Amino acid sequence: MTSSLLLGITTFTYLLATLCFVYIFVFKAYRVYSFAIAVTSIALVIQTAGIGLRWYESYAMGIGHAPLTNMYESVVFFSWTIALLYLLMEWKFRTRILGLFALPFAFLAMAYASFSTGISKEIAPLVPALQSNWLIAHVITCFVGYAAFTVAAGLGLMFLLKIHKSGGEKKGGSQQLLAAIPAPDLIEDLIYKSMLFGFIWLTAGIITGAVWANSAWGTYWSWDPKETWSLITWFIYAITLHSRYTRGWTGKPLAWLAILGLLSVIFTYYGVNFFLSGLHSYGSG
Amino acid sequence: MKQTNEVWGFFASVRLAIFTLCSLALTSIIGTVVPQNKPDSWYVETYGPATAQFFQVLDIPDMYGSWWFLILLGLLSANLIICSIDRFPTAWRLMNADQLAIHPDRLQGMAQRQEWSLPTPVGDSAAQLGATLAQAGWKSTSREIETGTLLFAGKGAWSRLGVYVVHISILVIFVGAIIGSFLGFKGTVMLPEGESTTRIFAFDSSTPIDLGFEILCDSFTVDYYPNGMPKKYASVLAVRDNGREILKKTIEVNQPLTYRGITFYQSSYQAYKDFIVSIVIGPDKVGKVFTIPYQQEMEWPEKNIRFGIVNAEGMGDRVTRIKIWMKHGDQTASTFWVDNGKDAAIPSADKTITVSAKQMFATGLQVAKDPGVWLVYLGCCLMLIGLYVAFFVSHQRLWLLLRPGKDGAGTSVLLAGAGSKNQSGFARSFARLAERLQGTHP
Repeated sequence: MTSSLLLGITTFTYLLATLCFVYIFVFKAYRVYSFAIAVTSIALVIQTAGIGLRWYESYAMGIGHAPLTNMYESVVFFSWTIALLYLLMEWKFRTRILGLFALPFAFLAMAYASFSTGISKEIAPLVPALQSNWLIAHVITCFVGYAAFTVAAGLGLMFLLKIHKSGGEKKGGSQQLLAAIPAPDLIEDLIYKSMLFGFIWLTAGIITGAVWANSAWGTYWSWDPKETWSLITWFIYAITLHSRYTRGWTGKPLAWLAILGLLSVIFTYYGVNFFLSGLHSYGSG
Repeated sequence: MKQTNEVWGFFASVRLAIFTLCSLALTSIIGTVVPQNKPDSWYVETYGPATAQFFQVLDIPDMYGSWWFLILLGLLSANLIICSIDRFPTAWRLMNADQLAIHPDRLQGMAQRQEWSLPTPVGDSAAQLGATLAQAGWKSTSREIETGTLLFAGKGAWSRLGVYVVHISILVIFVGAIIGSFLGFKGTVMLPEGESTTRIFAFDSSTPIDLGFEILCDSFTVDYYPNGMPKKYASVLAVRDNGREILKKTIEVNQPLTYRGITFYQSSYQAYKDFIVSIVIGPDKVGKVFTIPYQQEMEWPEKNIRFGIVNAEGMGDRVTRIKIWMKHGDQTASTFWVDNGKDAAIPSADKTITVSAKQMFATGLQVAKDPGVWLVYLGCCLMLIGLYVAFFVSHQRLWLLLRPGKDGAGTSVLLAGAGSKNQSGFARSFARLAERLQGTHP
């Protein structure tokens, strides 16, 4: 029993959960909903065990550290937070169809982590710069923010789909499919709420990064590409928070901003490491 | 007059904020794809002379300190200041409004509303309900009005200030950053073991900066993982002011030393091809420490000892084992290996000579002085607090209108409420409170 085995199982369990939601959506088989939620919850439990086991394995190797320090570990944690946030939102708001739009991200992240040849799954020792408690605070706050933004983008997609198809006078099959998606007002409110939640966590993430940088290098901000892109992402979501007070920026523009924001998040998380150079190319995400 | 109003309105507008944030976001991208702070020649080589010239004009190599970027930041600051001045009076008024002056008809229009009757007369009912409210954590005030008695209780009015705290926090961070950049400095120094310095070198310009005191590197150690990667490296630093040693501390990465507002961070190190050799002659324990180059014969004339490092083994530029040659007086010379940092005891005549050898390093320190950093941290805390208050604390208001009952006896009670945020949550707590006031729940 190794952590990579557990995390591999997790990947396929998320796939199963996603397929359940596709089935529910296509066949309007709402009775399958409880099963789909159960599968998702089981996947999350197995994933939690996998992460915990990897933490333990690092100590067994004598180089113990929290499993948040390289690309593999961060992608796994990202997927975990998406699934957790999705389940919490579903429990509170019961949108039912949100799983179809949020879980694919959790699955894709795990699939990339588990099967891509481009990233190393090895548990590696930490360089001195990463040996700090700020690592845990900074990574967790950033990824909770990223996960909330991912859910917001999924909701944005849901919103655009709903108003696009409902706008036209389509009859028959497609109209019925879209009936499963809740009313645009409700989705818009959820987009706003998840963006707001993500924004506060991202703010905390940027701040913990700055405080850590200052205690390690004496500079809380050095316009390093990773730092700058996290600020760009922060600006985008700061704009969305003001959208409610500006005519014409609610509804469709908000949904598009949610998607644009996620693109910025992905570039901040991933693009910077691979396309740009700088301090953060530890590859830790 | 109208002109000034328009200008004021422009600077107070949300649209300006959106424009400025968009501009900052887009222009910031440039500095991430065009590497910053490289020498001029690098840009000419990489982009060609025409583009490099264009970059120079716009100050692209240091764009985050460029005149136009600072103008954008200034625009954002002006926007923050003016929109706060513009809207604060209204928020203050709403916060401190006389809630008991509300027209009773407005209560009928509120989304959260419940009505019931009580047998007791208005005065007693008012006292009873006031007490129950207090028990539920709502402090109430009352007033006699034309139609009866009006009670009001409110919570979280101060949450209306949350947004101003957020906006001010950004300004606080800016001020902290400005103070740091004018009154502070950032630099580096590579300090070999055993040496000291009173100067460091500025990051960008490499001009020397005087510390005002002396910093000494007593020793430097580095531990490695089995795979050869550095696991931990630390320096023992000593601060000397006016010739006196003030403090001595071991620093490592993430654990710096601060003295008189200047902080020294363990940032890197450099391996030298020199060695630090310590020779101790027992049993008298007379010893001396030498810094010697590789493969060069050295002397300790007072003790008639000649020695040198004749060979070394290592991984990369890291030395693991050292071969020492030593001759004491007329005794036959001995050659022996020691592990880096360890010693060997060589019997010689009636004495024992303990020789240890260690690769010499220079410790790479980053040095910074930033008087504004605490202001920046304060701004960060304010921002988090402000965001929480602005978005998660709601201004909740409750009114109880008590009028004499239809038949003249008893009281007709109208409970109405409004919450500025989280309507569904407020609806739930309103319902619970209504039950409690009606006496159905204790």
